[in-house]
Amino acid sequence: MSKFKKKVNTKQEIPTSSMPDVVFMLLFFFMVTTKMRETNINVEQHMPQATQLRTLAKKSLISYLYIGSPKKIDQFGKEPKIQANDVFIEPKGVIQWVNSEKAKLDEVDRDAITISLKVDVESKRGLIADVETELRRANARKLLYSANQKIDR
Amino acid sequence: MARSTPEIPNASMADIAFLLLTFFLMTTTVASDKGLMIQLPPPPEALPPDTDVEIPERNLFKIQVNSFDRLLVEGEPWTASNRELTDKIKGFILNNGQDPTSSDNPQKAIVSFKTDRGTTHKAFIDVLDAIQAAYHEIYAERAGVTVDRWREIASDPNADPQARQQYDKGRGLLPNGGVEIPMALSIAEPTKVGG
Repeated sequence: MSKFKKKVNTKQEIPTSSMPDVVFMLLFFFMVTTKMRETNINVEQHMPQATQLRTLAKKSLISYLYIGSPKKIDQFGKEPKIQANDVFIEPKGVIQWVNSEKAKLDEVDRDAITISLKVDVESKRGLIADVETELRRANARKLLYSANQKIDR
Repeated sequence: MARSTPEIPNASMADIAFLLLTFFLMTTTVASDKGLMIQLPPPPEALPPDTDVEIPERNLFKIQVNSFDRLLVEGEPWTASNRELTDKIKGFILNNGQDPTSSDNPQKAIVSFKTDRGTTHKAFIDVLDAIQAAYHEIYAERAGVTVDRWREIASDPNADPQARQQYDKGRGLLPNGGVEIPMALSIAEPTKVGG
């Protein structure tokens, strides 16, 4: 009687030697595409919730101002402050800040600059209105009040 | 002569790489650039002096918020929900002279929003959201799109010709460059009552 046993020659395991390469590729992809935040935010940031959110098509035109109570209360007090880049500024310094932000943009885009106000919910309107007046003087009149999507409606 | 080939064990390499990957995934935050967009008026110095324009009372929809975040809508304390405020504003904008105490037509209708210096940002955003919701719903209905789609169109009207067309239809672009229903939102300088 002849043997008809089929000869099994294939390997049973999935080759895993290329797995690290695949994962490293993923890792590098995420490292390259995600943008690290350059500034440490030193004020409290609890965003308000809203429904009518809009985005800006050109993200490069956005500059950020952070407003809220300082995180280090013992050092800076608990009155809300304005943070631009890495420093606290007064409302009077907003014009200078806007001009330096405009200088970073291409000349054709300078008037289209959009200021994103990241304001803590507990901040008072008085300070924000002062900032708005200075922004009007600085001719940066497109404003985005940063907010999160409201979940329940 | 039998020589053992020197090898670094690389079975755990994938695990290490995965660990790094999850670390980066969890620590990076996706920057959100979403928010309520408004356009500020020209600076106070640039406005010509003595141009007090008389606006009839009926064409103004007044919303006031005090330093305790309480609302006063058209002179009456407001306790109802944001949704009802949106509906009331929509009724005001689209009145077209039917109710003699409400607006003449959408072009003349102005929503006036005044806060106190002590009003919190949360209350401000809530009301601003209700006002923008009213306008966006009107625009979306006229353009025949959903409100979500409208906000996408309004974010970038020149994205494609169809978006531009719907944008103009929603706002009712007039031959002279004006619009039938402008988003006439006046955010007044806050009062200094405090509290």
